[in-house]
Amino acid sequence: METLFFFYFAGVIVLTSILVVALRNPVYSALSLLIMFFHVAGLYVTLRAEFLAAVQVIVYAGAILVLYLFVVMLLNVKREDRFHAQLPLGALLGVTLLTELFLLAFQRSYANEPARPILLEPAAPEVTGNTETIGEVLYSTYLFPFEVASLILLVAMIGAIVLAKKDIGVREP
Amino acid sequence: MMVPLSYYVILSTIVFLTGLVGVLIRRNIIIILLSIELMLNATNINFVAFSHYFQTLSGQVFVFFTLTVAAAEVAVGLAIIIALYRSKSSINVDDFQLLKW
Repeated sequence: METLFFFYFAGVIVLTSILVVALRNPVYSALSLLIMFFHVAGLYVTLRAEFLAAVQVIVYAGAILVLYLFVVMLLNVKREDRFHAQLPLGALLGVTLLTELFLLAFQRSYANEPARPILLEPAAPEVTGNTETIGEVLYSTYLFPFEVASLILLVAMIGAIVLAKKDIGVREP
Repeated sequence: MMVPLSYYVILSTIVFLTGLVGVLIRRNIIIILLSIELMLNATNINFVAFSHYFQTLSGQVFVFFTLTVAAAEVAVGLAIIIALYRSKSSINVDDFQLLKW
């Protein structure tokens, strides 16, 4: 059952991520990326990361994609854009790396790999729930990176305002 | 039965390579940013899969930081796109050759 779900989610993720690159119209690319985000969230649910699945839907599908669609609609670009002139080179690189991946993957069988190898933390997510455990780890062990992340978001917000404002630094007469 | 860890690694590698090829071959800047999102999502899948298989929460916490970087990248990148469109009225990367020698 779990394998079935994995193959469904993985198939849709691969298909939509190829469509993001292949489709001509940016709006269709963004919508295809939306489907991919939802299926990544489903994959997180099968991996027992329910809080991350919710965050994925809220932040990626709800905020980031709306921003993309807003800019696409604002710029009103026609679908005249063709592929880049270095398409053969890029495709060759991609095919080479993909072949390498499959050679590595099927070189030996991974059937006897241990399912749950190491227990690094004696944390018990099943007892308290995923969200509470993540909150405890985030606010104790990773408190400083959390603060740095908030600083990064502040800098990005100020940078976006400065870049997108029209006449910054020009005084009104 | 559990899905082997290598399946997740293969899936995330495929998505990552799709994003990489998308950055290389597309001319539209918005599609290039979307491809970067694809690559970040591929790393997130890897983080969560390893976090599940090692039974530790560090991977899931790192997904938050990836998410922060993705949000910052989107905000700044779309602002840059709007500024570029305002000055050149195009979002085709071939039109921006200021740094090319």
